[in-house]
Amino acid sequence: MFGLTVRMHGVRRAITPNVTAVLMIAREHVDAMIGHAREDHPDEACGVIVGPEGSDVPTRLVRMINAERSPTFFRFEPREQFALYKEMSTTGEEIVVVYHSHTATEAYPSRTDISLASEPQAHYVIVSTAESGASAGPVSLRSFRIVEGAVTEEEIHVTE
Amino acid sequence: MSVEVRIPTILRTYTGGEKAVHGNGTTLQEVLDDINARNPGLKDRIVEAEALRRFVNVYVNDEDVRFSGGLNARTADGDVVVVLPAVAGG
Repeated sequence: MFGLTVRMHGVRRAITPNVTAVLMIAREHVDAMIGHAREDHPDEACGVIVGPEGSDVPTRLVRMINAERSPTFFRFEPREQFALYKEMSTTGEEIVVVYHSHTATEAYPSRTDISLASEPQAHYVIVSTAESGASAGPVSLRSFRIVEGAVTEEEIHVTE
Repeated sequence: MSVEVRIPTILRTYTGGEKAVHGNGTTLQEVLDDINARNPGLKDRIVEAEALRRFVNVYVNDEDVRFSGGLNARTADGDVVVVLPAVAGG
């Protein structure tokens, strides 16, 4: 495991060698994803961080409505997702990060996550609020590539 | 003139990397059949058992076809079809 374990006094990051994939992400975005996950707990929260097309740099976080409002499932609200698509077509952005929360299980892609993954260029970030729920406390946050059913975890570099 | 179909990243393996392809037809079904003739396998990723796949959203000129006839939604020259896989999971 080389995700983040967020403690009360900051972020502890494990460094693992032989990892080629890396997610470079701003601390404010990490904090925003965790905040969103806590707010929506026990339902799953979801959203994206978009960035300039082809840059692999996440610059703008957009919270999305979980149309399922469920503790075990999420789906972007279709009209909202289409509006985001139209907006990105105009601005030349694409989805760099897709994030969602697991509220009772670990921060690892579920079978459903793997079978429905449809953004091969994206980093899939999962935040688990299973340990602390909506309150402050340990939260884990991990990042993956999910391409054609194959899951590859990647290291996370948080930039200040 | 023809109908432009915008292809999401995950399906561009069927279009040689092209972000959009063009097809002819007076319904979504016909357009998909037409583009599938030149991009074999593409239609099966959008349609299953003669209906749109549950986790694929399709828009004709910004209109969600689930509310405008599904595969029978009308299309005309100059229309833009957007194929957008749902972002979902568990």
